[in-house]
Amino acid sequence: MSSTKAIAVVSFPGSNCDADALHALGDVLGAPVRLVWHDETDLGSPLAVVLPGGFSFGDYLRGGALAAHSPVMRAVAGFARRGGPVLGICNGFQVLTEAGLLPGQLARNRSLGFECRDVHLRVERVAPPFTSRLARGQVLRLPIAHGEGAYYADDDTLDRLEGEGRVAFRYCDPSGEVTPEANVNGSARSIAGIVNEAGNVMGMMPHPERAVEPLLGYEDGRYVLGSLLDAVLAAAA
Amino acid sequence: MSAPVAGTSLRDRAAEFGLTPEEYDLVVERLGREPNVTEAGVFGALWSEHCGYKNSKPLLRRLPTAGPRVLQGPGENAGVVDIGEGWAVAFKMESHNHPSAVEPVQGAATGVGGILRDIFAMGARPVAVLDSLRFGELTSPRSRHLLAGVVAGISSYGNAVGVPTVGGEVEVNPCYEENPLVNVMAVGLLRHEQLKRGTVGEVGNKLFYVGSKTGRDGLGGAVFASADLSEASEADRPAVQVGDPFLEKLLLEACLEAMDRGLVAGVQDMGAAGLSSSVAEMAHRAGKGVDLFVDRVPRREEGMTPLEVMLSESQERMMLTCRPGREGELVALFARYGLDAVEVGVVRDHGELRVIDRGEVVAAMPVRALNEPPTYVREGVEDPAVRAARERDLGGLAPVTDPSAALLELMAAPAVASKELVFRRYDHQVMTNTVVLPGQADAAVLRVKGTRLGIAATVDCDSRYVRLDPRLGAAHAVAEAARNLSCVGAEPLGVTDNLNFGNPTDPHVYFQLERAVEGIREACLALGTPVTGGNVSLYNQYVEGGRVRAVHPTPTVGMVGVLRDVARRATQDLKRDGDVLFLLGAGAPSLGASEYLYRLHGLEAGSPPALDLAAEAAVQAVVRGLIAEGVVDTAHDASVGGLAVCLAEMAVCGGRGLAADLPASGAGVLGRDVALFGESSARVVLAVEPARAAAVEEACAAAGVPAVRLGTAGGDRLELRVAGSPAVDLPLASVAAAWRRTFAEALG
Repeated sequence: MSSTKAIAVVSFPGSNCDADALHALGDVLGAPVRLVWHDETDLGSPLAVVLPGGFSFGDYLRGGALAAHSPVMRAVAGFARRGGPVLGICNGFQVLTEAGLLPGQLARNRSLGFECRDVHLRVERVAPPFTSRLARGQVLRLPIAHGEGAYYADDDTLDRLEGEGRVAFRYCDPSGEVTPEANVNGSARSIAGIVNEAGNVMGMMPHPERAVEPLLGYEDGRYVLGSLLDAVLAAAA
Repeated sequence: MSAPVAGTSLRDRAAEFGLTPEEYDLVVERLGREPNVTEAGVFGALWSEHCGYKNSKPLLRRLPTAGPRVLQGPGENAGVVDIGEGWAVAFKMESHNHPSAVEPVQGAATGVGGILRDIFAMGARPVAVLDSLRFGELTSPRSRHLLAGVVAGISSYGNAVGVPTVGGEVEVNPCYEENPLVNVMAVGLLRHEQLKRGTVGEVGNKLFYVGSKTGRDGLGGAVFASADLSEASEADRPAVQVGDPFLEKLLLEACLEAMDRGLVAGVQDMGAAGLSSSVAEMAHRAGKGVDLFVDRVPRREEGMTPLEVMLSESQERMMLTCRPGREGELVALFARYGLDAVEVGVVRDHGELRVIDRGEVVAAMPVRALNEPPTYVREGVEDPAVRAARERDLGGLAPVTDPSAALLELMAAPAVASKELVFRRYDHQVMTNTVVLPGQADAAVLRVKGTRLGIAATVDCDSRYVRLDPRLGAAHAVAEAARNLSCVGAEPLGVTDNLNFGNPTDPHVYFQLERAVEGIREACLALGTPVTGGNVSLYNQYVEGGRVRAVHPTPTVGMVGVLRDVARRATQDLKRDGDVLFLLGAGAPSLGASEYLYRLHGLEAGSPPALDLAAEAAVQAVVRGLIAEGVVDTAHDASVGGLAVCLAEMAVCGGRGLAADLPASGAGVLGRDVALFGESSARVVLAVEPARAAAVEEACAAAGVPAVRLGTAGGDRLELRVAGSPAVDLPLASVAAAWRRTFAEALG
């Protein structure tokens, strides 16, 4: 297997979940992984790209705003256009919206503060490459850790996302009910994750990479990352 | 080059430099001439209490610092202890009290930044932050403002750097109204061979300044931290530094990579007194001198004098000694992170710190003199008012009329109440090592990836105990920290202490300091936990209209421990209906200095509970053993608020009720209240499956530790009896609501 036949985890200056993503995908789930520096212009042909969480470039302007203009993002956009799977987690989701690879944007949490806590997600979309291991309506428990996670888009965009089945997850209560109280950050229509038109780019605020080991109290992240592995390993086979 | 020409005497201006006239005379004696302004300024900063520990050093020498696990004791950026399998933990606690009083967000944020740099200066990757915070009562708008600001500051900095904040404590008392305490502890992980020290190494080595540029921010911070706060302190706002966690993250990664690649011979944070202290300390440890080319220091402001550059406390800066011949690699590595790495000095054998500005020597000071400030041993006298409060007869108090209502009030007391809304502001899971989340147990637990090892950490101090009896209270802080670690199953390994006191020239304050150090010494010796470092923060008092208000003496104890197998651990939440509740230990509860007395009778009086350190060690060993054997997974220390609060916390955290019958606690009208709310030492509550109850009893009998069955977990009510008589009966939901209310209101 050549060195590029791996899942590329992009590290922007200020990314701080890059090592966690490498650990979850590589050490725990056994996938080939590779760290890619933000100023690389050629990704080669990775199996998938993961944009991890953190505070890229300090996020002093707007979450992900500067990272979206990094040299590596041109290559990520090209990879996405060719149908390659791209997963943005937390800050990575913000980078994807700032880069125009996903619609809408992430605004400050309704609480105006950082929120690190467990959330429940209702699965709304079941499809490769990110949610094939899930069932519609299934409830996941994952941690969030963000200050700017309130998904916002205009009504037309939201209608289109829903109409095209591109909402992947919604915040819900433990029983799967989508309630205002369960919408932890005030996201439009309780949206926690979406995909692009082709379905090969997904952004989500919760952290699946923190939720793959029972020792840490979570396992539901395996559904998401496992779906991605199924897809890329099938494609590579 | 020649030494600077002696100027006219600056003795009349000694106070400007933070020196007394007598200290100024000593500077003249050590130099053999009058200092110039630059030299006086550098001496003043390094001889400040904050850098020089001149009032505390003679006392700190009494602390036990050695042990088989200690890889690095006091005197470095942080202490380091062995945790086995070639791994070690670096840890240290530091205060940012005065900055946080003036500007809480930046004050707390830069407190996090500074302590993280101390950790990676040892070659360790920071893996956890804990905070010990003290404010005035939360009914005060100022205290709520400070709380919100400090939490926001810790949150903004720690979250962005990507080091989880995994635990801490919040205490409130009116004595902290004007002078809050913000103590931050950081923990780092390293392999033994990665250990680095703050030294310049050999003659000819080059010193590199790395990180952020130098500005006038934080100028004179060390002196600021070594004076009383007052109204005029608002005007000292420029002495508060501004933090940039993004830069810190880059600096952290660049420094660790440089060390990993063998480019670094020594490393030190530029903390208090900035460039002056880092270079002087590094040179002192090596017994060498340094030529420091101050004009090469990267600056972000025009027209700074050499002294301003030497004393700036701009954040996110480190001093590295490069391994000879690797200079080019070092510069290139930092450039890749977009950071300055500038050669600013060279190691010499002249034993001086020579500051050179555009070819001219503007200061030349013996390194040894800079690092050996005068020390003061004072005469401490106990405040008679404190003695009277301690000796006050509590026998005449009336018991509470409704113990259920009293319990609800104690559950809502800030020292007890749920801190969930504080912890939610902190990323406590980044790095994916956090096994026990904040609020789930008496200590935080992290796993060490690739091993079965776990690290546990806690910060503790009951400042009311320390005020009423400094020796006993400080010993309690150590004992409780060790008990907290034992309650998660960790063996305590070492202590970092943060001594927050008032002005040491006040004999009453000096008495507290001296006695508290003695208490720490006794407890650390008895429990086998050497002190590997710490921080002293004096002058925590506020001058208002000529009246001095000092904080409670607050020796915050940070402690780390190790779990051989992190899968065998305990948390405090009740996990199964039907579990048997045990009380371990025979510590007799008493009301002296208790939360009950303070919240329900408005009294800070009486003696803290007696502390039998041998009993403490025995109880803790039994608890750790039972957890390590897999017999017990539920344990909680009975401390503030007594047994009733301990049981209520276990019930609320587990979302299930319990019924328990508490042992009688002497006769008299107060007997019931003592049994419920009396505080003690060496007491731990366990919950075990009925089939394992006998194993608990056997282990306790073998160790000579008393074990009493209290009752059973289950249901949705909290029912407490005392010697068979009903005392507390509450729906669990109302207990939980009281417990959650306080910080929701304070931060809402």
